Amino acid sequence: MSKIDSKIPDGVLDQKWSKFKSSIPLVNPANKRSLEIIVVGSGLAGSSAAATLAEMGYKVKVFCFQDSPRRAHSIAAQGGINAAKNYQNDGDSVHRLFYDTIKGGDYRAREANVHRLAEVSGSIIDQCVAQGVPLAREYGGMLSNRSFGGTQVQRTFYAAGQTGQQLLLGAYSGLQRQVGLGTVEMFSRHEMLEVVTIDGKARGIIARNLITGKLERHFGHAVLLCTGGYGNVFYLSTNAMGSNVTAAWKAHKKGAFFGNPCYTQIHPTCIPVSGDHQSKLTLMSESLRNDGRIWVPKKMEDVTAIREGKKKAVDIAEDDRDYYLERRYPAFGNLVPRDVASRAAKERCDAGFGINKTGEAVYLDFASNMKYKYGKQEALVKGIQNPTEEQLHALGKEVVKEKYGNLFDMYKQITGEDPYEMPMMIYPAVHYTMGGIWVDYNLMTTVPGLYALGEANFSDHGANRLGASALMQGLADGYFVIPYTIGAYLSNEIRTKAIPTSHEAFDVAEKEVQQRIDKFFAIKGTKSVDFFHKKLGKIMWDKCGMARNDAGLKKAIEDIRQLQKDFWNDVRVPGEANEFNPELEKAGRVADFIELGELMCIDALNRVESCGGHFREESAEVGGDQDGEAKRNDNDFMYVAAWEYKAPNTFELHKEELKYEVIKISQRSYK
Amino acid sequence: MSGNMNLTLKVWRQKNAEKKGELVTYPVSNISPDMSFLEMFDVLNEQLITENKEPVAFDHDCREGICGMCSMHINGRAHGPKDAVTTCQLHMRSFSDGDTIVVEPWRAAAFPVIKDLVVDRSAFDRIISKGGYISVNTGNAQDANNLPIPKIDADKSFEAAACIGCGACVATCKNGSAMLFVSAKVSQLALLPQGQAEAKQRVISMVNQMDEEGFGSCTNTGACEVECPKGISLENIARLNREFTLASILEEK
Repeated sequence: MSKIDSKIPDGVLDQKWSKFKSSIPLVNPANKRSLEIIVVGSGLAGSSAAATLAEMGYKVKVFCFQDSPRRAHSIAAQGGINAAKNYQNDGDSVHRLFYDTIKGGDYRAREANVHRLAEVSGSIIDQCVAQGVPLAREYGGMLSNRSFGGTQVQRTFYAAGQTGQQLLLGAYSGLQRQVGLGTVEMFSRHEMLEVVTIDGKARGIIARNLITGKLERHFGHAVLLCTGGYGNVFYLSTNAMGSNVTAAWKAHKKGAFFGNPCYTQIHPTCIPVSGDHQSKLTLMSESLRNDGRIWVPKKMEDVTAIREGKKKAVDIAEDDRDYYLERRYPAFGNLVPRDVASRAAKERCDAGFGINKTGEAVYLDFASNMKYKYGKQEALVKGIQNPTEEQLHALGKEVVKEKYGNLFDMYKQITGEDPYEMPMMIYPAVHYTMGGIWVDYNLMTTVPGLYALGEANFSDHGANRLGASALMQGLADGYFVIPYTIGAYLSNEIRTKAIPTSHEAFDVAEKEVQQRIDKFFAIKGTKSVDFFHKKLGKIMWDKCGMARNDAGLKKAIEDIRQLQKDFWNDVRVPGEANEFNPELEKAGRVADFIELGELMCIDALNRVESCGGHFREESAEVGGDQDGEAKRNDNDFMYVAAWEYKAPNTFELHKEELKYEVIKISQRSYK
Repeated sequence: MSGNMNLTLKVWRQKNAEKKGELVTYPVSNISPDMSFLEMFDVLNEQLITENKEPVAFDHDCREGICGMCSMHINGRAHGPKDAVTTCQLHMRSFSDGDTIVVEPWRAAAFPVIKDLVVDRSAFDRIISKGGYISVNTGNAQDANNLPIPKIDADKSFEAAACIGCGACVATCKNGSAMLFVSAKVSQLALLPQGQAEAKQRVISMVNQMDEEGFGSCTNTGACEVECPKGISLENIARLNREFTLASILEEK
């Protein structure tokens, strides 16, 4: 029925990976030296894969558009990384991490992939500590853990609010070590603009040197895309300004199917938009929900008073506050998964209870934990009898500072308000994309020799990712999956000599890239690239954001097609091609985002059910204690939607049925 | 929502590494105090594109103070007038209506200008590749909790590891020295038991590479610490010197 084969190994779930791993063909050391691998992207997935493959003896080339591989956006991940270590002795296990991830993903991820992820999670922590990553520790010298949303155990390892930074710098150090040893050739300030395929296999890339503007040809026996997610299709997101879909989209147009493009994660705790000038949104880590309580006023008059500046959050009496997550989801409270928390914030704000001028903000309040949890604890430790409220606040503040200091400073810097004294104002923002290039169990796309790792692939998070699982997946793919699974392909390539880049396939690919660049300059329109990007972002956020419906999505597709025409008629790209030209880079990325935006809406329109981050207004529970909650439709939609690019604006749907052999499917309830 | 600040910018424009650069004056108006400094530059660039002029090239990426890409020298200070922030986290409320603001690239022999405000900091990567790591191949690690590390050491190591590699220390130093950057990495690893095996060789080869890249010497002025957006302490330089001296004495010839 289908052109796609997930290649999930046979056998019992918890033995699939170990059995499969020991049966993958090996490549002998002498042959590894003549096999070349291209890695695009240097975040957690890319750096860890490149370092490990080079350690194994392969010849590796790494490409990133930033000025250094250390700047990839994994660096900005704040809260932590999950691992089933059970160091806290709270009943955690590989099975529980597996179960939580499948459930958190609303039963739309592959069992076998997720189980493998949970199995290797512990090794990631071991590896990082061995590299000198300074993860948080207890006084006894043991590693510290905290809780994240969607789980009831403490399995999240962290380094203050800079976990992504520390893990990435660890992977980067491994990568730089290989650069120093001459096994990795690093190409910073290079952007991949095309995949080169020969006889149906990925054999290289065309990259633009962003300093000179020169197009370069690079051969590889295999190509790994570790290029992150596509959240910037919304213009405003927590992604870095440069994060883009271009590499993935080029691969898609060369035959790699795109999996579940509509699955977008809207993160509940971000700093609200402050004006039209906004260029990006800043996340406040989910870890804050360990100690922060989310609320809006119960009474509309208080909302009005706050908006008019007549009242402050601290003036609202305890009884007049609506801790809506605790009210609606008593079992998980403020630690419900991200999609649930985001929709609940939207629900309150849509009902008019948003507490800032735009009406799109809720409070994240640390006062009670600061005083009564940490303050009291510290008072006991220090032997202070009958501490005053002020003393409790001061004592608790020190503890909170140690846990989240950098986040609080960042909040203050951006908003000008002190979160130690006033609750933070937060609102959901686009953060992560669960969808991505479709891959099989080996992480290979539908193009032989072309792989996708980390956020760039679709594989492990289903329709919603749990907090602290992105870092886990990026590093799992790079350190512990691809180094084994790539052997299955490369063991058959040992007789393939490096193909000279004078091959006509490289000529054709380079010509395509050149023509597109020439086209941008030929338009000589009147509007900047950002103008179109903002328009696209608004269409996506309004119609393909936190809530979606049939009419809206159809309108969005129409609007995007019009926008595409306008873009190609009226965009202005200043400067020249043969120089450092950021506007040209952006133009290429936005052109691809526009095409992707259409596919996201098509996918969202096709999926007439609500699951995880994808909420179709037509598919909600009515009545009972689940009234208004998302309603899945397992009979019709328990599949991965893998889209094949056929022609401009034309995509064909392939379905990969999801089979649950171990997990019992149920409604995802956090009540 | 635009604001009401009107400013005069004097921005370094330089076509490429070979051409001579100069400060060019641009007025910008209706700036909101809630904008970040880079968003103010977005406004300027939008204006330049509309006027059919070439926008100003500047490095930036995460815009949340962690990637280390942004790198503007503002009114004579790396990352501008506020302490402990990167350019992207500097907001216009730190300026006043009517201000003239001078914006230049990092200035250092080892950081050549690529274009306008963009410089080449690849020397930092080359220093790291000479020893800023622990040589442990994937798959060789023991259980993470088999090696208890006193919290105080782990915390100090983390503080050093918080360096974002932006290069403000170099840009600020009158000698163009990279000692704060190098010492942060040396310290992070020197403070951990995992880092001991290669400690001697690490400090010597990283310092040698630093010299080779054309960074200046450290004369302990401490300007780097003042301008560091992440508060990397001078203590690290002291630790580097200690490590370096020890390693030099104990080096096996």
